[in-house]
Amino acid sequence: MNWITNYVRPRINSIFSRREVPENLWAKCDACGTMLFHREISDNLNVCSNCDHHMHITPRDRFTALFDGGVFNQVAVPEPVTDPLHFRDQKRYPDRLKAAQRTTGEKEAMLVATGEIGRMPIVAAAQDFSFMAGSMGMYVGNAIIAAAQEAVKLGRPLILFSAAGGARMQEGILSLMQMPRTTVAVQMLKEAGLPYIVVLTHPTTGGVTASYAMLGDVQIAEPNALICFAGPRVIEQTIREKLPEGFQRAEYLLEHGMLDRVTDRRKLREELIVLTRMLMKAPPATWGDLPAPGPDDAAAGTEPDAVKGAAKT
Amino acid sequence: MTHYLDFEKPLAEIEGKAEELRAMARGNDEMDVESEAAALDRKADAMLVDLYKKLTPWRKCQVARHPDRPHCRDYIEALFTEYTPLCGDRAFGDDAAVMGGLARLNDRPVVVIGHEKGNDTQSRIHRNFGMARPEGYRKAVRLMDMADRFGLPVVTLVDTPGAYPGKGAEERGQSEAIARATEKCLQIGVPLVSVIIGEGGSGGAVAFATANRVAMLEHSVYSVISPEGCASILWKDSDKMREAAEALRLTAQDLHKLGVADRVIPEPLGGAHRDAATAIAHVGETIAAMLADLDGLDPKALVKARREKFLHIGDKGLAA
Ligand SMILES: [Zn+2]
Repeated sequence: MNWITNYVRPRINSIFSRREVPENLWAKCDACGTMLFHREISDNLNVCSNCDHHMHITPRDRFTALFDGGVFNQVAVPEPVTDPLHFRDQKRYPDRLKAAQRTTGEKEAMLVATGEIGRMPIVAAAQDFSFMAGSMGMYVGNAIIAAAQEAVKLGRPLILFSAAGGARMQEGILSLMQMPRTTVAVQMLKEAGLPYIVVLTHPTTGGVTASYAMLGDVQIAEPNALICFAGPRVIEQTIREKLPEGFQRAEYLLEHGMLDRVTDRRKLREELIVLTRMLMKAPPATWGDLPAPGPDDAAAGTEPDAVKGAAKT
Repeated sequence: MTHYLDFEKPLAEIEGKAEELRAMARGNDEMDVESEAAALDRKADAMLVDLYKKLTPWRKCQVARHPDRPHCRDYIEALFTEYTPLCGDRAFGDDAAVMGGLARLNDRPVVVIGHEKGNDTQSRIHRNFGMARPEGYRKAVRLMDMADRFGLPVVTLVDTPGAYPGKGAEERGQSEAIARATEKCLQIGVPLVSVIIGEGGSGGAVAFATANRVAMLEHSVYSVISPEGCASILWKDSDKMREAAEALRLTAQDLHKLGVADRVIPEPLGGAHRDAATAIAHVGETIAAMLADLDGLDPKALVKARREKFLHIGDKGLAA
């Protein structure tokens, strides 16, 4: 895969591409209502500078902020059969897929990449909630397997950012089968003695939580992320009572022993560097503004300056 | 008393009429109703054949959930000897929605685990309608570990609407418990075979059915979401469950085509609930055959084969 083509591909629906349009110069924080400059939001990793609310961030934007110099190589994901069940509800599934591809500019709900963080080579996978609610179908399963295989091949840790409304119903039982499939992927990492770190982001629910998103060596969540198997509405309907404030949120899970840490998105990169370096028995990181990885770095692929330039377009 | 499903209503009328006639004749020696009643019987039989030979996916869901359908406990009682329940997750409690323990199948010691729905109001509440809590999955993990240590095959019987969507279940880590159970299924170096005997409801089913061999009873279903749930999300109308059931491809026949079910076990005419003994016997033969398939494989080969199977599921879609 050539990172340039992937990197400079127009991000049709991203906040960044809209910032040229004057009426979209501002956005409102959905939590506190403060009007914020798009630029301000993106510089702050889509975290509200007034109330610290964590808004959605696309995998591409996340990777740009995560990897050294914003440089990453996209890992190819084997294509599954499209629309395996010939599923049709009020719309045809292929039409829903195409609509999601148009609005996100992405092919599917997960992006896998290699690169370095604080000079530690890693593989990362991130789920895209803006693509059909990040739902887990065969593509996402294949992406996680590809990520694990790449990590094993290169002997690197895998960091996975989860975000999903659950399994992709339009793939029926085959979406459910991604629970065991992705679990096999996690086992590949464990058997190779490689760290698997999960960062659970808002929201992570259903079959995703009940498989690869709960099997990390280290489980980190972003603040206030909803993390659950059954969603709060389903539970309220079942037990016919109101759920307490903060139920199934990251802090609540931390309190109940289901997570290792809850970490602000702006501190995540540093934390991931520290953790992966210790688990990989590497010396402590050198902090500060490092130059982007040079052409010699297997992770970078080619001229880093062009990448940095591309990131600003 | 027979429970009739809504689509069996015409059948109920005919069978009811035959019953009535015979009841009348019992009170009056002069009456000869037998030929008329026998004609009704024949009509009912023909209708039963007709109704069950082309059950729609939604009707299959109804049959799979039939209150008189044989449940896990019935299978364990009939097929296994020396069943010795083993309880508890060693952390919080025991979950009555999950039965499990040591037993013998044709004298061979095995670990058997399954969801039990209960068969009357009291037992249904006790069993939580077959909806397991984290303790149930953690008990299953513990039993699978034990099976692995002692080299005993594991047989799982799946019959659940899904994992329980409750407050305590979430607090105690329902997701993690299911994920660990699926993980354990993939790790154990002993034969693991599974039969979907009724409803295979989502993650709650996968946690037991990530097996070397999976069989489904002819009218059982296995799905990522209930047709009602799918209809309310995608159709915004939970009454569209027939359409959803159709679209989800959740029948044993479709799952066999998709490579998710390795075998489909025939049910007696009119469903397992009309002749439980025959249905149970068929399941017993299938379990024995699936275990025989795996005879001679060492622990590594069993684990490898199981993982490969799941890695390749869905490769070809419905063309599989
Ligand atoms: Zn705010």
